[in-house]
Amino acid sequence: MKILVCISKTPDTTAKIAFTDNNTKFAETGVQWIINPYDEWYALVRAIELKEADPSITIHLINVGNADSDPIIRKALALGGDEAIRVNTQPADSYSTAFQIAEFARQEGYDLIFTGKETIDYNGGAVGAMLSEMLDLPYVGLATSFLLNGKTATITREIEGGEETVEVPLPVVVSCQKGVAEARIPNMRGIMAARTKPLKVVEPKQTETQTVFSGFNLPPAKAGVKLVSSENVEELVRLLHEEARVI
Amino acid sequence: MSVLIYIDHSDGQVKKSSMEALSYGVKIAEQIGAVAEGVLLGDVSTDLPSLGNFGIKKVYHIQNSLLQIFDAQSYTKVIAQVAQQTSAKIIIFSNNSAGKSLAPKVAVRMNAGYVSGAIALPETSNGFNVRKNVFSGKAFANVEVKTEIKVIALNVNAFSVSEGTGNAEVVSLNIDVEAPKVKVIGTNKTKGTVSLTEAETVVSAGRGLKGPENWKIIEDLASTLGAALACSRPVADAHWRPHNEHVGQTGIAIAPNLYIAIGISGAIQHLAGVNRSKVIVVINKDPEAPFFKAADYGIVGDAFEVVPKLTQAVKKVKGIA
Ligand SMILES: Cc1cc2nc3c(=O)[nH]c(=O)nc-3n(C[C@H](O)[C@H](O)[C@H](O)COP(=O)(O)OP(=O)(O)OC[C@H]3O[C@@H](n4cnc5c(N)ncnc54)[C@H](O)[C@@H]3O)c2cc1C
Repeated sequence: MKILVCISKTPDTTAKIAFTDNNTKFAETGVQWIINPYDEWYALVRAIELKEADPSITIHLINVGNADSDPIIRKALALGGDEAIRVNTQPADSYSTAFQIAEFARQEGYDLIFTGKETIDYNGGAVGAMLSEMLDLPYVGLATSFLLNGKTATITREIEGGEETVEVPLPVVVSCQKGVAEARIPNMRGIMAARTKPLKVVEPKQTETQTVFSGFNLPPAKAGVKLVSSENVEELVRLLHEEARVI
Repeated sequence: MSVLIYIDHSDGQVKKSSMEALSYGVKIAEQIGAVAEGVLLGDVSTDLPSLGNFGIKKVYHIQNSLLQIFDAQSYTKVIAQVAQQTSAKIIIFSNNSAGKSLAPKVAVRMNAGYVSGAIALPETSNGFNVRKNVFSGKAFANVEVKTEIKVIALNVNAFSVSEGTGNAEVVSLNIDVEAPKVKVIGTNKTKGTVSLTEAETVVSAGRGLKGPENWKIIEDLASTLGAALACSRPVADAHWRPHNEHVGQTGIAIAPNLYIAIGISGAIQHLAGVNRSKVIVVINKDPEAPFFKAADYGIVGDAFEVVPKLTQAVKKVKGIA
């Protein structure tokens, strides 16, 4: 049984969001990089838990990115996983990311592919679904719990206004969010082991550009808060009713 | 040339998020001189011709018992066949739970460029540019779509519903439907409450509430306002509240008209998921809480005193008490 976990590199959640080159590029100077939280906390940890329950499972991690991704890939390997693959290209969009992963995954034949529900930088939320279409596999998005029973998976997923539990035969692509697992911190043994785990670099396949991030801008600053005394709650309701018109 | 809008439904009703998508798709069709049409899979109790009220001329209604289960793989094949048969050039989804699974797959199948989480009409004077939220609402991006066919998923609560009068022709097409691989074995809908992503008003509380036993005052305020409930991450992590109420950068991103944050400090990761709310009200006993900087209205005070009073005051305005 082989699991592939897709790992993305994103700015730390407290990173200052600013743009350079005439607002066409994210300003990367001074930014700390992390594993995209959904990939790390839920997708990767759940894969590791499955392997702990069944040591015959192999876990591969895959990232599409340049050598700047190596530190976060090592960090992911410190949490768990047997080896990592980096497709050596800076992806342009969700499509090109999914395309490169699909090209690799097709040759390997995974039983299970995990992604996070979205990345916290470009918020595409599309790699898992696109990948499943490229590989013609079933897709279960926005999972909040994942159980494996032999050749089928039992997955709870978010639906509008609630949750639904489904059963699906492997192979399947699943996007993970809160509920699937609990975040972990790598231990010393894991960090040591990660240094010697294989990190294979593969060259990208040629693909077309479908979308381009052509410019960025920041939201306008808020006008400032209107404070109302705690003794005069009616006044707040009046303002919300008459001024803001939201009640 | 047509703009095809995917019409999602649950419990037999067309979703508000789909009405937004319909209104958005109709506007795009006007903008580029195309016709707007809808596609709906499965059975609904809504009167389909009345969807013409949103400005679409036709609804392709695909009925097949195999469509009772939402399987992204089989749904995608159906929607792509409809798009091909009707020569759709732009395909619109709501960026809701179903849309997030379907839109990227349909894009791949149609060899179309995809933009998720659109927040405005495309700019078509020079290329085809769609505005979307990035960095969890901390910035906006323009995405240029280079392909001939385009797929857009519109953020929930980002575009207002515009409804007039009209009659849509209901058309059935000859479409192959695959048996779903996914089997549903249980559903758990939060009954009677408003869905968090679609809600116009959200009442949210944080660690300042001290414990799950204190949520009654929050629930009372929410039900008085007809609001959905939300919470900060530590509250969900500590299992005071279910994880599907967790909003923020690593939870659910929302954009209601009114967001009331009670006993939440306003950490950057929390703000990231809620800062698209039109009006933000903060109730916090600490005047230095960072959330006040992101708020439109605020009360510095103890939640346990302020919230029950607020509920009473809302009841008065609404004529409930
Ligand atoms: C990678 C990462 C991702 C994260 N993602 C998220 C996310 O998605 N969503 C999220 O919410 N957080 C997220 N966090 C956590 C975030 O940094 C904060 O820790 C969290 O939002 C704080 O929750 P809180 O405001 O409820 O609690 P606290 O920060 O403890 O604040 C409690 C507030 O309640 C006030 N208070 C106390 N008693 C009262 C009272 N009686 N009446 C009124 N006010 C009172 C206090 O003044 C204080 O401001 C993330 C953190 C990291 C590192």
